[in-house]
Parts: sequence; structure tokens; C-alpha cells
Amino acid sequence: MSKKILFIEDESALQKTLGEALRQEGHEVISALDGETGLRLAKSEKPDLVLLDLVLPRIHGFEVLKELKEGEETKTMPIIVLTNLEGIGDVDKALELGATTYLVKTQYSLDEVLEKIRNALK
Amino acid sequence: MELKKIFEQLNIPLQCQRHGLAVWQCPQFLLVLMGTIIITASLTAYFIGTKFVDDPEMVALIVLGLTGLLLIITVIIVRSFERLAEANRMKSEFISVVSHQLRAPLSNLKWAIDLLMSGKLGEIEESQVEYFRILKENNNRMKELVNDLLIVSKIEQRALPVMKKKFSLKEITEKLISDFRPFIKASNVEVEIEASEDLPDVFNDMEQIRLVVENLLDNAIRYIKEKGRIKIKLEKIGNGIRFEVRDNGVGIPEKDQKYIFQKFFRSDNALKYQTQGSGLGLYITKAIVERVGGEIGFTSREGNGSTFWFVLPIK
Repeated sequence: MSKKILFIEDESALQKTLGEALRQEGHEVISALDGETGLRLAKSEKPDLVLLDLVLPRIHGFEVLKELKEGEETKTMPIIVLTNLEGIGDVDKALELGATTYLVKTQYSLDEVLEKIRNALK
Repeated sequence: MELKKIFEQLNIPLQCQRHGLAVWQCPQFLLVLMGTIIITASLTAYFIGTKFVDDPEMVALIVLGLTGLLLIITVIIVRSFERLAEANRMKSEFISVVSHQLRAPLSNLKWAIDLLMSGKLGEIEESQVEYFRILKENNNRMKELVNDLLIVSKIEQRALPVMKKKFSLKEITEKLISDFRPFIKASNVEVEIEASEDLPDVFNDMEQIRLVVENLLDNAIRYIKEKGRIKIKLEKIGNGIRFEVRDNGVGIPEKDQKYIFQKFFRSDNALKYQTQGSGLGLYITKAIVERVGGEIGFTSREGNGSTFWFVLPIK
């Protein structure tokens, strides 16, 4: 079933690769290259899932996560944090702020990440 | 052992080398120098005082001069500590820079290669498959090297937390052997494991110990010549569990054995058989085992193989 996924990630190469892989699975992918745009699009597009990088221009991913989880229109959205930061402090903080899952990009193949996304969309 | 540590602390050139500073900039050397100068200055002031007791201006002038000299040395020592603190801060920044900036392009490459190789963007030609495989393998090599460097940085900065839980060392070993099956088969190696049924679980950092076993198993397979035999033995000894991996591989030349756990060291015969390898695996392995309260060692004979072992406390 086709879902709407908001991908907040400043690396255009990843936007292209993961975005394309998700489109191949039949989903609609909305891109945001920074936190501010991500927050705006989350409110206007009401995606079924948010993929959120942490190291973003302008607003840090943790701020975006916090605002999404506090916003009336966005607090129930499942959020997968997709980052290269792997400190225990970062993982704990993301989960405390309400992230559904925390994935360190280099630890997973593309197929494994797609599987995690499929599980989150169920 | 304590005496050895004390002597190491008193070995000024060694301490300076560890900090990456020239001897004259090294805090330990400067402290010793300062101490010597203070004692000399005090004795000098005493003797001058007694000699020039009738000329107090001369005494005051000399004492002022000595005080000035001591002040200059203090400033140099403080600057030296500042440099050390700055070096430490840069090392911490390096960890966070590496964890994000170096990994970001690697994960971009990895997923792009995965997508291309999946065929979802179109069939790959037979002639291209091998090159995609080369891209993927070398990306993985880079990723492993970055991971190793990151672990080494964390170990040195004491920023690698130990997260303990109960687990079976036998089970993680068996799982690793299973994961390594393609590599074991391709290397023409037989691996057997011997462990008692009632081997107790250990209470330790499972992920770090898994990495230790992985490094030792990887080395045992990698440096096999012709038909290889690897025997892993797990047994309870006293309040600990002993893990041993014995191989009939190329062994380590005696002249290299004392360096085997050093960073970036690779013995000559290792380089001959395997040009790949960062030389960080055993350094990381030893650092982890000692950090979690264990002991590690090995015996080896060139041409006859090696036996690496470690002991972990059960609790």
C-alpha cells in the first residue's frame, strides 16, 4: 500500500538513493534538506512516516524531533532517526524525545533499512 | 606490576613520547626541572644570604632574579599543560568528526551501490558485475578502517562505555562461526569448538566481547596456509571463563612477538600473506579485554601457528 514518507536529510546523495528505493516500493517521498523545511512540510503534508537525520543545517535534528513530538498535528507521526551519530547519549536522547527507531546508517544495508521502514509503516 | 607502573611514570622520555610532545615541552620534564631549580634556588639564596649578609640590596637583587627565573619556568609549564589540554580537546572533536563526516560519504556510497546492484534501476551487464563488487568490497574496507580508528580514539579517550549484561560466550562464538561460514569455506579451513555443557554465562559487555572474538577468529582464518585447522576451546577456570583459539597458520616470528599488540603493527609474515589489514585489530582486542577486567595472551611459533587466549571474569 502506498504511503507518504517525509525524508528530512541534508545529504542530496541519500535523498536520491533512499528516495528512489522507496519510490520503487510504491511510496510517495517528500524531501526536506533542512530542519525548518522538514517541520513546515510535516505540518502541511501530514506524512505517514518521517525519516529524520540528526546533523542538519539551521536546526539540529533533536530540535526537529522535539517539535514534531510536541506539535498537535504531528505528535502521533512515527519517526525513524537515520543518522551516522552512534553515541549512547544520542540514542537515549532520541528515544526519550519520542523517536520510534534509531538507525545508524553505516550499520545497515539498503535492504535492511527498507525492511525497518516497512515494519514501521505496518 | 605496581612497581613497573611507577618506573614507567618516572621514565620521562617515554611519558613525553606518549603525549606527542618534545622533551623540553613535556610537563613531567618541566616539573622535574622546576623542582631542581627551586631546590637549587633555595640553597643558592641561603648561601648568598649568608655570604652577603652585610649587603641586603645585593641579596634582594639576587633573590628577585631567582624569583623571575622561577616565574618564567612556571609560565612554560602552564603553557605545556595548556597544549596538552588542547590536544585532548582536539582528540574528542576528532571522534565526533570521524563518526559523522567520514561516515556520511561512506553510507551514501554503500546505499548507492546496493541500489545499483539490486537491479531495480535496470539489469547490470555481466562485464560490470565484478566492478560493482570491487566498489562494494572497497567501500566495506574503508568503513571497517573508519570504525577501527573510531574505536581506537574512544579507547584512548576513555570514551568507550562498558555496558554489562549476562550472556553466553559459547553462543556468541557459535554465532560468529556461523556468520564466518562463507569465509571459512573459501579459506579451506575447518573450525571446531570445544566447550563444556555447563559453561556459565558471563556478566560483561556483550558487543565488545563479540568484537574481541571476531578479531581473533578473523586472524586465525586469515593467516592459515593451505588446509587450515582452527580449534576453539572454552572452559571455566576459577572465577573466570577462558577462551582459546588455536590455529595451524603461519605463526608470528619471535622478533615480532613483543610488538604484536601495538597499534598499526603487522609482522613481516603477516604482510607477506595478507597485504590488507590496518594493524589495529589486536590493539583493540587487548584494550577491550583489559578494560573489561580480563587478561589476554598468546603463544606462537613461526610456521607452526598461534594460540591466542583471553580470560574473562564471570561476574
